[in-house]
Amino acid sequence: MMTGIDVRLPLFFSPDTGGGDSDGGGMTIVKGGTREIKVIRRVLDANEEMADANRRRFASSGVFVLNMMSSPGSGKTEILVKTLGRLPDRIRSAVIVGDVATTHDADRLAVSGAPIVQVETDQFGGDCHLAAHVIERAASGIDLENVDLLIVENIGNLVCPAEFDIGEDKRVVVLSVTEGEDKPVKYPQMFRLCDAAILNKVDLLPYLEFDSGQAIDYIHQVHAGIPVFELSAKTEEGFDGWIEWLEDCVHAKRDK
Amino acid sequence: MHEMGIALQIIEIATESIPPDLKTVRVARVNLKVGKLSAVVPESLRFCFEVASRETALEGAELRIEEIPVVARCRDCQAEWTISEPAFACETCESGNLEILSGRELDIESIEIAE
Repeated sequence: MMTGIDVRLPLFFSPDTGGGDSDGGGMTIVKGGTREIKVIRRVLDANEEMADANRRRFASSGVFVLNMMSSPGSGKTEILVKTLGRLPDRIRSAVIVGDVATTHDADRLAVSGAPIVQVETDQFGGDCHLAAHVIERAASGIDLENVDLLIVENIGNLVCPAEFDIGEDKRVVVLSVTEGEDKPVKYPQMFRLCDAAILNKVDLLPYLEFDSGQAIDYIHQVHAGIPVFELSAKTEEGFDGWIEWLEDCVHAKRDK
Repeated sequence: MHEMGIALQIIEIATESIPPDLKTVRVARVNLKVGKLSAVVPESLRFCFEVASRETALEGAELRIEEIPVVARCRDCQAEWTISEPAFACETCESGNLEILSGRELDIESIEIAE
């Protein structure tokens, strides 16, 4: 494609000033009367830089940050309400909760007494995910020095949040038994990126034809070996393993 | 779903990449690499780009999208293969301990300026 005369102008406009003939940056006359200018930049660079800045800020305060993702209606908020109630007092928690609109989730979480920041993405263009700059702004309203655990409840969506690093330490995905067992193979990128999965609403299993074993097999088909916590946010059965995992993460970050 | 945001980022990066002495030129083509795991729908991205690039140096530019397959390497037996189904286990030894070598790209490779 890049035939013709290499005019090799000064490389001030290219991040890559290496000396290769074909990809060393610079400007090349190509067929059809166009000049090609090498760019070689990731489109989401700006988000990734902001995510790295967030990560450094969280690390300097020793805060463990969990990015919690799922489709809408899987029970993220109820899991959080019960999780905040069960965590020991020595773990000081805060939550950033994202929704396209309304503050309903923040209102539900406020009973925990933990600092809650609600982000309505409508004002950022009705986004389908929380981006790193939104987290930076939301976290600026939290006294991070007095927080051990920051949980980000992402927008309900199994696609886009997986693409946006927010500076978190770990990611957890929630699947509920009222969804299809095959969600993990339909949205493999989300399940691959997560460090743990929660299978919620197990109290409903007697009334459904949901096959938990199949769902867990699918999760492990796309991400071998990740822990899967089968629990019910309503009845609080199965919470022990999940709380223990979370506490271990917080301690590991604090001891760093 | 966030193709409009991506289109705006592409326009911003491409505009920054035009050398200062060529600020009045028209960009004819933007060459992109888009991995199959990147959650970007090329048709939606083209539509958003067309709308968002109006009245910029990129108005009317062609978005050339090279789709990059998902290639994995097994950390246990070093086998490499292209993943075409959502099954992330080694085809040779069935290990799930994989490294994804490509497929998450969302990169601007170059822009082409009309002479």
